[in-house]
Amino acid sequence: MTSATFRHVRHVVTENPVTLGAFVLFLLLLLLAVLGPALVPYDPLKTDTVNKLQPPSARHWFGTDQLGRDVLSRVVVATRLDLLIAFSAVTMSFIVGSLAGAAAGMWGGWTERVVSRVTDTIMAFPLFVLAMGIVAALGNTISNVVLATAVINLPFYARMARAEANVRREAGFVEAARLAGNGDVRVLAAHVYPNCLPPMMVQASLNLGWAMLNAAGLAFIGLGVRPPTPEWGILVAEGASFILSGEWWIALFPGLALMVAVFCFNLLGDGLRDIIDPRRRT
Amino acid sequence: MKPLLRLIGRRLAAALPGVVGVLVVTFLLMRALPGDPAAYFAGMAATREAIEQVRSRLGLDKSLPEQFVVYLRDLARGDLGQSVTTGQPVTRELATRLPASLELTLAALILAVGTALPLGVLAATRSGSWVDQLVRVLTTAGVSLPTFFTGLILVYVFYYLLGWAPSPMGRLDSLYPAPPRITGLYVVDALLAGDLEVARAALRQMALPAITMASFVLAPLARMTRASMLGVLASDFIRTARASGLSRGTVLYTYAFRNAMLPVITTLGMIFSFMLGANVLVEKVFAWPGVGSFALEALLASDYAPVQGFILTMAFLYVLLNLAVDILYGVIDPRVRIEG
Amino acid sequence: MSVPACTVPLLEVQDLSVEFRTRGGLVRAVEHVSFQVARGETVGVVGESGSGKSVTALALLRILDPSARITSGRAVFGGLDLLAASEAELALQRGREISMIFQNPRTALNPIRPVGRQIGDVLLRHANVTRADVRRRAVELLARVQIPDPERRYAAYPFELSGGMCQRVMIALALACSPALLIADEPTTGLDVTTQATIMDLIRELAGRTRMATILITHDLALAAEHADRIVVMHAGHVVESAPTAALFANPRHPYTAKLIAATPQAAGGLEELAAIPGGLPDLTGELPPCRYHARCERYAPICDGPLPRAEVLPGHVVACAKPI
Repeated sequence: MTSATFRHVRHVVTENPVTLGAFVLFLLLLLLAVLGPALVPYDPLKTDTVNKLQPPSARHWFGTDQLGRDVLSRVVVATRLDLLIAFSAVTMSFIVGSLAGAAAGMWGGWTERVVSRVTDTIMAFPLFVLAMGIVAALGNTISNVVLATAVINLPFYARMARAEANVRREAGFVEAARLAGNGDVRVLAAHVYPNCLPPMMVQASLNLGWAMLNAAGLAFIGLGVRPPTPEWGILVAEGASFILSGEWWIALFPGLALMVAVFCFNLLGDGLRDIIDPRRRT
Repeated sequence: MKPLLRLIGRRLAAALPGVVGVLVVTFLLMRALPGDPAAYFAGMAATREAIEQVRSRLGLDKSLPEQFVVYLRDLARGDLGQSVTTGQPVTRELATRLPASLELTLAALILAVGTALPLGVLAATRSGSWVDQLVRVLTTAGVSLPTFFTGLILVYVFYYLLGWAPSPMGRLDSLYPAPPRITGLYVVDALLAGDLEVARAALRQMALPAITMASFVLAPLARMTRASMLGVLASDFIRTARASGLSRGTVLYTYAFRNAMLPVITTLGMIFSFMLGANVLVEKVFAWPGVGSFALEALLASDYAPVQGFILTMAFLYVLLNLAVDILYGVIDPRVRIEG
Repeated sequence: MSVPACTVPLLEVQDLSVEFRTRGGLVRAVEHVSFQVARGETVGVVGESGSGKSVTALALLRILDPSARITSGRAVFGGLDLLAASEAELALQRGREISMIFQNPRTALNPIRPVGRQIGDVLLRHANVTRADVRRRAVELLARVQIPDPERRYAAYPFELSGGMCQRVMIALALACSPALLIADEPTTGLDVTTQATIMDLIRELAGRTRMATILITHDLALAAEHADRIVVMHAGHVVESAPTAALFANPRHPYTAKLIAATPQAAGGLEELAAIPGGLPDLTGELPPCRYHARCERYAPICDGPLPRAEVLPGHVVACAKPI
């Protein structure tokens, strides 16, 4: 990073305390994901039916669930799985989508037709329904949830990359590079693709929140994650039946954690957009 | 009028590849099941002969392209197969349950649009004021709310704590009989039958689930309305309208709002995509007997014919809704009617 | 171009100042602007882009951007101070007694509403027209601005019309209720030369019929020379000189005016004879010296750092300069 970029980043961050807060929160989440299991007071899987359904107290900050497990420990440990699912899905989506889109934008012709057809078909479905279908078809596992989430996010990256690549193709520096003797693939890799990246990073950050909500939604309805694995969506599902009898803590804390994480990614995405391309602010 | 009809025709033609894509993908998905698809469609308790019967009936012993033809032929006849868990034809189950989902989605849409649009306009006309700030906070927070979580919180607060909402157990309290079925929408049917009490009861049951679904889409709608209004209010033709002395109402509604609605209508596509998926989550939380909960139960029981039927139904509904949105856009913006 | 008989002016602007709150600070876009417009007269307001001409006009109608504030001045029109009037009082003036037309006519019209209905909106608002009659009246107006086939064009959208036709529609809109004053903000910019001429002729003809006064805002001094009875020259938010047209060209007293005239292409002269004005408009944020032209002026002397005098050097000829020519 040049010093100008650094100054710009520092300017945006100090101008925008909210973005700074979101970034700090993001680091905290990462920390919990990595170190969580080592830091929690109780074993998230250990049942203790004598102490079941305890409201939050000094011993159990978030209370205990129907099997006496400490809710705090389960929520913290779930951070790792939720972040992992979201990050993997978005990364897959990003790589495949952006490459396909950039290739389509640069070469046009058949490449573009195929990529367009695929993204249009994906977008012809209500996306959550498609994710359900994919998990149903391929099998009820976490990796299929990741795959399904990646598939439904693909079109955003593909379209964005194609548009950016198109702009650069029209702008003529593809021509210039070609004239300098570079082959097409090299042009794509060295010139076009890297320039498409910044706006897509913004999209990726915003997508992380959405991917997390989708994965948690799938887990909530029983797809992918099986009990007793702690994951925020499934924790909320486990707590759902106890809401009606007033044991609110089992569902509330995982739900809040999910909300906070998604909120953090959304704010980060907004902040990133202000850094990279303030014109697109709404 | 003619350009409008031509626009409708063009949009219909443009929707066809989407329809084809939906048919193909759904077909492939349900044939990609791990293991023997015939066994799934026949059910857990099926004997070998039953499985073979199902296999030949569904044409699963034929090549993939031939299967596709059988699949299309069945679809054309309205045959979506049999649900193993309920024993009923899937088409009939879906038809019975679809109005419940539609009623919920419609209520959520009306709620969302009716709240988000005025809020967005208000935030734009009072830019910078506390109303504006409040709307911006709400919209940023709103897109972070997991729908299923919102539903549960609402149930906890309004049913358990405050007792204002009825028990989240379906469309109608067991005290009330369902109204005679004309449209399948309880509120509408009850009103048509003149039964205000049942209509009220149905509305009360629908309140929380509709609010839950609306809460997520409120944010993008309000945000887009606000941004669009702000942009339009700063435009040249609004300045001309004000210089011409037109009344505040005319400037705001006839001139500004209609123009501002164009990008908002485009957002509706995304809104519908979300709502048709969120149906599943909301129906689970509120025990709402719609197609979403039906498909979910089937899925968890490895009963795949209903799941396929559900995906097809939702996808086609989505295609139709997108078509409606495109046409609405063409009605409001004459510029798109002319394009080639 | 006759000089009207001496009478109470239709519009008298005194000491108008407008400032904008921006991220960069306070911009004093218009300062101590004064001029008059008599009934039936055409006044040309001339200056470079950014000299505050449009802001002055928008201030008169009180349709400025929300970040703008009118900090001083009076604008008496028919006995009413426009700058102090209430919204209700202004509503009776806008579009009825004072109208405005803008540059870029296609974007200045509602893109998704038929042009005839836009004219109809103004008629319904201000004129005593019944709903049944409004279409006929609108078509009449379209015919009056010489739009061919007005019946069919009533239902046309702005994007279906040429730039010249859109400007005619705007003129029809503005003149629908026969206002006493028309403000034309760069009405010919963006139109081709032939269309420019026909539009200006149309405005002049229609103004003549009803003795309507016109404020013609333009950066084109030649255009003002041809159509205005009097010219007000603005620079960086100040009025630097105002005089009857002939007198201005014969005897410019402000150095800027002289430079403008020298920079304006005359039909007979060649391009080599054009003299550019050095420098550019000063940055209007923050503190500014009393004379905003001094940085570009070759006649600058220490006296120019003092307060800016405004003197009527000849009847009807006002100059704001410490060292007039």
